Amino acid sequence: MHPAFSVIFFTVASGAGFGLFSLLFMADMFKLGGGFSQGQLVAGGLIAMGLVVFGLLASTFHLANPKNAWRAFSRFRTSWLSREGVFAVVFMPLALIYLASIMFDAPLWLRGTFGFLTAVLAWITVFSTGMIYACLKTIRQWNTPLVPANYLALGYASGSLLLLLGAVVAGLDTTPFIAMSALIISIAAVLKAIYYFWIRSPGLTPTINTATGLTRAKVKLLDTGHTHGTFLTQEFGFRIARQQAGLFKVIVFVVGFALPGLMLVWVFNQQGGQAAAIIAVVAGLAGAAVERWLFFAEARHVVNLYHGAQRC
Amino acid sequence: MRLGLVIDLDVCVGCHACAIACKEWNASGTIGPLSDYQPYGAEPSGVWFNRIRHFEMDVYPNNKTVNFPMSCMHCEDADCVTVCPTGASYKRPEDGIVLIDQDKCMGCNYCSWACPYGARELDRSSGTMKKCTLCVDRIYDQELPVEERQPACVLTCPAHARMFGDFDDPDSAVSRTVRERSGYPLMPELNYNPTNQYLPSRRMPVIPVDAKPKGGLKASIKQFANKLVRR
Repeated sequence: MHPAFSVIFFTVASGAGFGLFSLLFMADMFKLGGGFSQGQLVAGGLIAMGLVVFGLLASTFHLANPKNAWRAFSRFRTSWLSREGVFAVVFMPLALIYLASIMFDAPLWLRGTFGFLTAVLAWITVFSTGMIYACLKTIRQWNTPLVPANYLALGYASGSLLLLLGAVVAGLDTTPFIAMSALIISIAAVLKAIYYFWIRSPGLTPTINTATGLTRAKVKLLDTGHTHGTFLTQEFGFRIARQQAGLFKVIVFVVGFALPGLMLVWVFNQQGGQAAAIIAVVAGLAGAAVERWLFFAEARHVVNLYHGAQRC
Repeated sequence: MRLGLVIDLDVCVGCHACAIACKEWNASGTIGPLSDYQPYGAEPSGVWFNRIRHFEMDVYPNNKTVNFPMSCMHCEDADCVTVCPTGASYKRPEDGIVLIDQDKCMGCNYCSWACPYGARELDRSSGTMKKCTLCVDRIYDQELPVEERQPACVLTCPAHARMFGDFDDPDSAVSRTVRERSGYPLMPELNYNPTNQYLPSRRMPVIPVDAKPKGGLKASIKQFANKLVRR
């Protein structure tokens, strides 16, 4: 699959934004590290919402006909893309009510209820983003429950690193934030490893024999019927070399998981402070972006069976 | 009504006439003109609804070329309709034709990801997705004579490899042919239930091909005379 940079930016930014918002709610409810001040909570919430909005806007850049983009909310009943759009939009006013309830000293039950609803909605939205890809039967590397799981894990990992940076800047006790981040990053790393393990062997997939119905003998493509590229070859023909994919996977684990992990240790030992927290955030987001690029690059759509592949 | 095509792989010669006819008809069809990119340039490409791919089955000396025309299968459980966020992609309940509403499509490509057969293509000039319409503007056109109310590709095929009809009618030509010749859909394991069916090769006796006649001049003359008599 051709990796579209606008979609990569969208999913990484919105995942981090939703993750940050949910974890901010947790930090608020449990007064983690001593508790952020009202202003800090609202600032953090607005930053999270800003990331989400930036992500959503970025996603419209991959549309060929954006004037109809408003119609994308209309098929909530059947399309995960529609559902994701609706949930993301419903999230906004609820998040603003939660932030307002913090700002204007609303009673705890109100603040807690709206915060909880918003956190749940954030979770559901990131899940829907993952399901956009996971519901497709045509791409076996995506058609697994590990995909929405990974979207959630990586979004929350990035969000937890952003929250840690906020805690360092606010001068709070960073221990609970470090613990939360370490846990989420470890889970994300393990889930990612399981995913790469899972997709390495084909399993039960369509082959050129089932794609053509010529099942009694070996079949190979003689000619695609076009001398130069088509929409299909441009969109689905992207192929990544095995070694290149291996290198990128190493980058994902080193930059995306190990480096932030090291930075967490430094912050814990008071060696790094703000600089370490910033490096952790940048590394986490960069690792997530490479992971998302690889997610697209490693995907082989079954239409490749009609363009020379033997199995997908 | 469940309208669709039957394509006879035994007869298709791979001439691409159906692809050209489709392209010509859709120069002004319901879905608008199909773009050409660099038609006279270095890398000509474009939007085509019907594409013929060529496969080789088995290995020499038992190999065989199979020509595979493919267009939209108008699937019963079309995921391209399910995943479309704007509702541009829809399946008509009266005849099962899957169409794209050009006024709603936002060109997100999501439907093309869902289609296993590569039926949908993005037209860069309109920014929308386009695909085979089963010539919905021909088959219901009262201005055309009855025998011409068929898809352009079906009418054009010089080898009569394409048929059009109603699969819900068990006595229609398409239903009968699929039954008699064991027609099959492509990639059935994905459960899209494509309407278009393909007819496999008929069982033909192997024609013996002797590279060199055995036995010298007298034997080869005798063989030649025998062949003449047989003909």
